[in-house]
Amino acid sequence: MKLRTLTLGLLSASALAFAAHAESITIATVNNGDMVRMQKLTDDFTSKNPDIQLNWVTLEENVLRERVTTDIATKGGQYDVMTIGTYEVPIWAKQSWLLPLDKLGDDYDAKDIIPAIAGGLSVDGKLYAAPFYGESSFVMYRKDLMEKAGLTMPDAPTWDFIKQAAEKMTDRANGVNGVCLRGKAGWGENMAFLTAMSNSFGARWFDENWKPQFDQPEWKNTLQFYVDLMKAAGPEGASSNGFNENLALFQQGKCGMWIDATVAASFVSDPKASTVADKVGYALAPDNGLGKRGNWLWAWSLAIPAGTQKADAAQKFVSWATSKGYAELVASKEGWANAPPGTRTSLYANPEYQKAAPFAKMTLDSINAADPTHPTVKPVPYVGVQFVAIPEFQGLGTTVGQLFSAALAGQSSVDDALKQAQDAATAAMTEGGYIK
Amino acid sequence: MARAVTTQHKTIATAAAWIVALLIFFPILYTIITSFKSEQEAIQGFALIPSGTIESYSEVQAQSGYFKFFLNSVLLSVGSTILALLVAIPAAWSMAFSPTKRTKDILMWMLSTKMMPAVAVLFPIYLIFRDSGLLDSRVGLMVMLMLINLPIVVWMLYTYFREIPGEILEAARMDGASLWNEIVYVLTPMAVPGIASTMLLNIILAWNEAFWTIRLTTTEAAPLTAFISSFSSPQGLFWAKLSAASTLAIAPILIMGWFSQKQLVRGLTFGAVK
Repeated sequence: MKLRTLTLGLLSASALAFAAHAESITIATVNNGDMVRMQKLTDDFTSKNPDIQLNWVTLEENVLRERVTTDIATKGGQYDVMTIGTYEVPIWAKQSWLLPLDKLGDDYDAKDIIPAIAGGLSVDGKLYAAPFYGESSFVMYRKDLMEKAGLTMPDAPTWDFIKQAAEKMTDRANGVNGVCLRGKAGWGENMAFLTAMSNSFGARWFDENWKPQFDQPEWKNTLQFYVDLMKAAGPEGASSNGFNENLALFQQGKCGMWIDATVAASFVSDPKASTVADKVGYALAPDNGLGKRGNWLWAWSLAIPAGTQKADAAQKFVSWATSKGYAELVASKEGWANAPPGTRTSLYANPEYQKAAPFAKMTLDSINAADPTHPTVKPVPYVGVQFVAIPEFQGLGTTVGQLFSAALAGQSSVDDALKQAQDAATAAMTEGGYIK
Repeated sequence: MARAVTTQHKTIATAAAWIVALLIFFPILYTIITSFKSEQEAIQGFALIPSGTIESYSEVQAQSGYFKFFLNSVLLSVGSTILALLVAIPAAWSMAFSPTKRTKDILMWMLSTKMMPAVAVLFPIYLIFRDSGLLDSRVGLMVMLMLINLPIVVWMLYTYFREIPGEILEAARMDGASLWNEIVYVLTPMAVPGIASTMLLNIILAWNEAFWTIRLTTTEAAPLTAFISSFSSPQGLFWAKLSAASTLAIAPILIMGWFSQKQLVRGLTFGAVK
């Protein structure tokens, strides 16, 4: 009895000592399917690193952005790992708010990260965030409706083809819209799509001297084409539709085509959620023959704030979550189709992944077609494909998004929306000191 | 004839009250209905009859533990209310029974602090919390919630104390009651309903506060508002899960509000009806 008591006492004491020794790191993230899956699989990490405990904070995307910005700007030290996008990384790295990721381990193989994605997350050649999953945008279309319309979708369509196909596929009596596109206002909503689209029309947000360019014909062509296309072949109330609304429409068979994030492919091809899962084809985002396509580039990435006291433990976690081994772990538990896409070249060379994800090649081609350092036909002073990587862009992008959403809803004309966008951008850039 | 008109008026008034009540309650009702739908059903459009699935509740519980957030909500709302009453009762007392020329100004100044948008002081407050080691602490958040609700609590108690006739206190003094006896045996019994209704309202306000409770917490002190916020997704369907999380978050306060509605209504209207 005494021996049992003594053993129990020793065990309790060692457990307490271990608990006291274990380091806990706090990870801020968004509620996306891949992130939720990662939280479920962290036993693998903690079993390999028993001295590190993980605390999760999951927040709505915009709240997360505001919350981590506040914490990082004030060096609050509340987070040791934060989920941020390609928009924040160059801005925050230049402010010295992020630690460079130089201790990811010998077997991490950073060269395997898709170059376009690594480029978007690096400043001066140093990686400041590791991509957890990456995406571009492409065309998802209904093969059956395309065939019915007597057309064949090329791998690399033009905007004129998209317009022609959308008009032919539209059958409003049966609830089918030729094309579904984002209309909901927001820098990450309609402006992600429209900025990427404008690149393929030869437009740009600013010239080399930061002068706004909404008064140029390229923007007029972009916005007029978009509004006309949506009037002729878009769904009712499109100015309220973002990613999730269009996803639901497409899954219910109400869209002939949908141009949006490549990660949507796994949703629309999932037979449990999509009524059209076996009828979906994929093509590159459209172009206008100017050398740039209307696709974007984004990666939800894990970064370490400069204020953390637990940088080593944080790097260990980032290394685990963004490694090749993690993709294999997901594949072993939930199948290759659920492996986080868009980050590693090796994933796309894997025959098992290619078999499980019919959209794999088109996703990789789309990502490779985006160049955040040279996003436009004409030269620009900024980086970013569907955004401008300056702090002012969040507010300005949303303001312009509201103006363009109003034009789509018919509340203002294209010319008025562009004029107001030009005025708003000029005011913001003057206030920000970009224009003297 | 007069009776007929009165009955007709009453019927119209009752019908109007029901319509307004239903309009106000409908978003909550629809949230509860949506929580019993699948994600596909939830986004398909307006429908009042759900399939009755409870998969969203299972997923919500599996994804993040409800009870830790719930416990924090209880501690924060009750704790901040007790703190607020400790500060507000003496303040309201002195302003109600020993008013000066500046009392009204002080009351207006207190109320004016509610007119400032919270985000305007986010950075200073965040820095104070950081330097005091209060980020993600229940004590810090209790103090914060107490401070933001204090003007309303003081105002409510002040209005209530003003309704108590000063002559009763004078009579007690004439009978030789000490200040302590005056407070305990005369004033408190008359003030308890007002304090109770103020307390209930403050608990509801603290329970629903979403700006500071999300921004000043991470894991330890996060209440149900943070729990709800974690179910919104930029990429993927989430309406049913978000509705289930919201229903779980509002259920306790809804039940409490239902059982204490008489005190609440009295607390909100006592000044006007007397």
